[in-house]
Amino acid sequence: MYIVIVGAGNIGYYLAKTLRPTDHEVLLLEKDRLRHRVVAEELGEMVMQGDGCEVRVMEEAGVNRADVIVAVTGSDDDNLVICQMAKFKFQVPHAIARVNDPRNESLFHRLGIDSTVSSTKIIYNLIEQEIETSEVIPIAALKRGHIEIVEVEISAKTPVLHRNIKEVNLPQDALIISLIRNNNALLPTAETTFEVGDDVIALVSAEVEHELRDVFAEIH
Amino acid sequence: MNVIILGCGRVGSSLARLMYKDGHSVTIIDLQSEAFRRLSAKFKGTRLVGNGIDEDVLRRAGIESCDVFIAVTQGDNRNIMASQIAREVFKVPKVMTRINDPIRADAYRKLGITTLCGTTILSGLIRDYINTSEWGLKKDYSKEYIELNV
Repeated sequence: MYIVIVGAGNIGYYLAKTLRPTDHEVLLLEKDRLRHRVVAEELGEMVMQGDGCEVRVMEEAGVNRADVIVAVTGSDDDNLVICQMAKFKFQVPHAIARVNDPRNESLFHRLGIDSTVSSTKIIYNLIEQEIETSEVIPIAALKRGHIEIVEVEISAKTPVLHRNIKEVNLPQDALIISLIRNNNALLPTAETTFEVGDDVIALVSAEVEHELRDVFAEIH
Repeated sequence: MNVIILGCGRVGSSLARLMYKDGHSVTIIDLQSEAFRRLSAKFKGTRLVGNGIDEDVLRRAGIESCDVFIAVTQGDNRNIMASQIAREVFKVPKVMTRINDPIRADAYRKLGITTLCGTTILSGLIRDYINTSEWGLKKDYSKEYIELNV
């Protein structure tokens, strides 16, 4: 794959460095001459100086044959325009934008950006997970993260212990798809009860994930 | 009409004063409060310090009941993002964006955004004037601007 990264700040620089030993072809674009010189000293030919928002620079960088464009500058407006121009002008199949203000994530999806990454949001989620008592482990995200598949381990302290699915008040946008008991996957029915050591696999919309967490929360 | 202007530079401040003089309800946003020095004391519209690509700031500026949104900051990308928020999120009926890079301006014009490209407008006018000795503007906007400062 040909990957074009715009912005050689810490994220862009380490991303390029991480991708370098792989089979992918990588180009790192940096607007600032001074920063470009510093990074190019280490990464060499892989780094190009130029404004990633300019079509002329994008042409020079061969964005037209890129499989992925990654915009990781420190400004959300620049990241948005870089990705949009890459998609509209050069039909790049996949655009990934760094979102500095996590509130911009949904806007970016609405405006045609395929994937967004917000380090603020990731760290926030980690903190939230630390605080929560019951472990709801995300397994996979569907529909750009709007729907998640999560796993909940049933401990002896959970309020749902020995109760069946019918009795438990699940959030509306959550569905228990399987229960793993002694390494066997069970297809749950309304009568299935939650027992210690069960792994509950559920499909849940991201907005109500915290409600699901509350349902299984441990009693102190 | 309720008008929101993003960016209180020379263009933004002049436009704000003109629109205010025409009797519109004008709110002008800029990142720095010093920028509002460009407005005269006669301008009684709302001045708001804040980031124009922040939905909360735009809400405070009254974007939900706004008829016209104009983004005229120095930054093309800032203007592009702000006007897309105005259009897509807040459904403002009339949105205009200043984009000085002609190529970017063209790309977003094709997406249906009303773009004003100072580069092409100016160079076109100058070219026409040199070739035909005719000034292309139907009206002398500069005259009215000078009058405003008297």
